[in-house]
Amino acid sequence: MAEENKPDEQEDENISPWQQIIDNPFLLLFICVAMPTVFYTLWGVMEVATIPTAPY
Amino acid sequence: MAQFRQCPDTGLFFHKEAENLMKANAVAGVVCLLIAGVLALLVVLTRWPAVHLLPADAFYMVLTAHGICALIFWVIFFEMAILYFAGSTLLRSRLATPRWAWAGFVLMIVGAVMTLAAVFAGKSSVMMTSYVPMRAEPSFYLGLVIFAVGALIGCFVYLGTLVVAKNEKTYEGSVPLVTFGATVACVIAIFTIASGAEILIPTYLWSIGYISHIDPAMYRVIWWALGHSSQQINVAAHVAVWYLIAGVIFGARPMSEKVSRAAYLLYIFFLQLASAHHLMTDPGISSEWKIFNTSYAMYLAVLASMIHGLTVPGAIEVAQRKKGLTNGSFEWLRKAPWGNPVFSSMFISLVGFGFLGGISGVVMGTEQISIIIHNTIYVPGHFHATVVIGTTMAWMGLTYLLIPVLFRRKMILPQAAKLQPYIFGLGMSLVAVFHMAAGTLGVARRHWDMGFAGNPLGFEYPATAYLLMGIAGIGGVIAVAGGALFIAIAVGSLVFGEKLQKEAGLLQSFGFPLADSAYTNEKPARLPMAPAEAVEADHGEAGFEAPGTFILAMVLLVSFVIYYFINWKYLSEVWGLS
Repeated sequence: MAEENKPDEQEDENISPWQQIIDNPFLLLFICVAMPTVFYTLWGVMEVATIPTAPY
Repeated sequence: MAQFRQCPDTGLFFHKEAENLMKANAVAGVVCLLIAGVLALLVVLTRWPAVHLLPADAFYMVLTAHGICALIFWVIFFEMAILYFAGSTLLRSRLATPRWAWAGFVLMIVGAVMTLAAVFAGKSSVMMTSYVPMRAEPSFYLGLVIFAVGALIGCFVYLGTLVVAKNEKTYEGSVPLVTFGATVACVIAIFTIASGAEILIPTYLWSIGYISHIDPAMYRVIWWALGHSSQQINVAAHVAVWYLIAGVIFGARPMSEKVSRAAYLLYIFFLQLASAHHLMTDPGISSEWKIFNTSYAMYLAVLASMIHGLTVPGAIEVAQRKKGLTNGSFEWLRKAPWGNPVFSSMFISLVGFGFLGGISGVVMGTEQISIIIHNTIYVPGHFHATVVIGTTMAWMGLTYLLIPVLFRRKMILPQAAKLQPYIFGLGMSLVAVFHMAAGTLGVARRHWDMGFAGNPLGFEYPATAYLLMGIAGIGGVIAVAGGALFIAIAVGSLVFGEKLQKEAGLLQSFGFPLADSAYTNEKPARLPMAPAEAVEADHGEAGFEAPGTFILAMVLLVSFVIYYFINWKYLSEVWGLS
C-alpha cells in the first residue's frame, strides 16, 4: 500500500503561507483559549469582582 | 504494529484501535440519546398544558437529567467518535496512545453514570446550569468533572494523532477540511473543559463544605464559558460533518477551501465569546462587556456560520450541475437524493440550523431585543433548533453513513430510514417554532406550571400561549417518535443487520475488535493532496457559479431582516411612550 513520498518543499509550495500557519493545531489551541479567556472570562470576572458592596 | 483495514465500499482506512474507540463512543452516545429521548417525552407531556403529566418534583428531576444527557453526554460521546474518525481514518494514521483514549472513555462513562445517579436519586434537580446557591449532591459535580477529564484526554489523544500523522507523513499538504473542522471543535472543547474545571471544582468543594460561599454572579459568568462553548463544539463539529457528507454523497468539494478555513478561523477567534448572550440581563456586568462580546464578536462568528451555510449547499449545487442538473435554479436540489437518510438528515440539519437556530440566535444576542425573550421558553426553542435539528440531525446522518462503513452491517428497515429524518425534523421544527412563539408571549422556561396555579402571584397568559404550548407538545411527541425510530434502526442494524464482513459479529458492533484476519500490518498509502480543480465549462447561470444557493441565501437574509425588525417592533410595544 505504501507509495513514494514527495519532498516536503514541493508540498509546501502548493500551500499558502497563511494556511501553513493555521495548520499548527497548537497555535489554534492557543488562540482559542487566549481570546475568550481575555475578552470573556477575565474581563467578566473583573467586572463582577469590582461591584461595590452595598452599605449596611 | 499498527493494523489497518480498508473499507471496500468507500476506500476509507480504519486503524484497529481507533475503529474500536469510534464504535464504543458512538454506541455510548446513542445510549445517552435513548435516555435523553425517554426523558424528553416526559418533559414534553408535562409542559403540554392539557396533559401536565408529572408532579413538580419529578418534572424538575427529569428536566435536569434530560438537559445533561442530551446537551452534554450524547453530543460529546459522539464528538469523540468524530475526532477519532477525523484524526485517524481521514488522515490514514494510527491513533496516538490508544490506552489513554480508552482510559478517557472509561472516565466519561463513570462520570456520566455518577451524575445521572445523583440526579435520579432526587436531590440534584438543579437543571443543567446548576446555578448556585442551589446545591446538588457532591457526586453530581464530581461526575461532571470526571466526565470532563475523560473528554479532555480524548481531545489530547486527537491532537497527538495529528502530530503522529504529521511526523509519519500519512498525508500530503494540509489536513483535509473536515479534519481541520474537527480540530476547531477539539480546541474549543479544551477551552470549554478548562472553564468547566474553573467553576465545577470550586462548586464541588462548596458542596462538601470546603468553601463557604460562591458568588452567584461570578458562577454565571464562568459557567457560561462552559455551558455555551460546549454547544459551540457541536457547531464546529456538525459543520465538518456537513462537508463530509456533501463530499461522500455528491463528491462535492468546497467552493473555496480558503474561505471555508477562514470561516473556521473566525470560529476560533470569536465563537465562544457569544457565551455572553446568556448574561444580557445580568446586573453588575457592563454594557461594554455585553456589547463587545455579542454585538461585535458574536456577529463575526455568525458570519462564519453564514459562510458555511452558503458554501456547503453551494458545493453540492456545483457538484450536481457538473453532473448535468443545470435546468433552472433548483434542478440540482429537486433531484438530490431525498430518499437517502444520510443526505436528508444533513440537509434538514443545515436548513434548520440556519433559518431557525441562526436567526433566533442573533435576536437573542442583541442586548435590547434579547430582554423580551430572556429566560422564556423561547430559549429552549432556539437551542432545540441549533443542537437538536442542527447537531443531532447531522449526527444521525453520519450514523446512517457509518453503519455499513464502520460497523460493517447493512442498515435494517430502509424504507423507515427514508422517512425518519422527516419525522424527526418536522417534530423538532414544531417544538422550536412554537416554543419560540410562546416565549415571545412571555411563557417561562423550565417551569412546571406555566399558569402558576394556586400561587398568590399567578399570571394569566393569553389563550394563544396555551395553544402554542399544546402544538409544541404535539411536535415534541412526533420528534420523540422520530428519535425512537432512529435508535431502533441504528441499534437494530448493529444487532440484526446483515453482516457485510464475516468478522462483524455482535460484540464487534459494540467496540470489540474485528478478528485479526480483517486487518493488515501494512501502512496505508499516503493520503494525496486533492488535485486542483480542472477548469470546466461554466455550469451556473446569470454569472453565478451556484445561483440556486445564492437565492436561498437571499431568502435567509430577507427572513432574518424581517424577523429582526419584528422583534424591535415587539420591544417598542413593551414600554408605551404616550
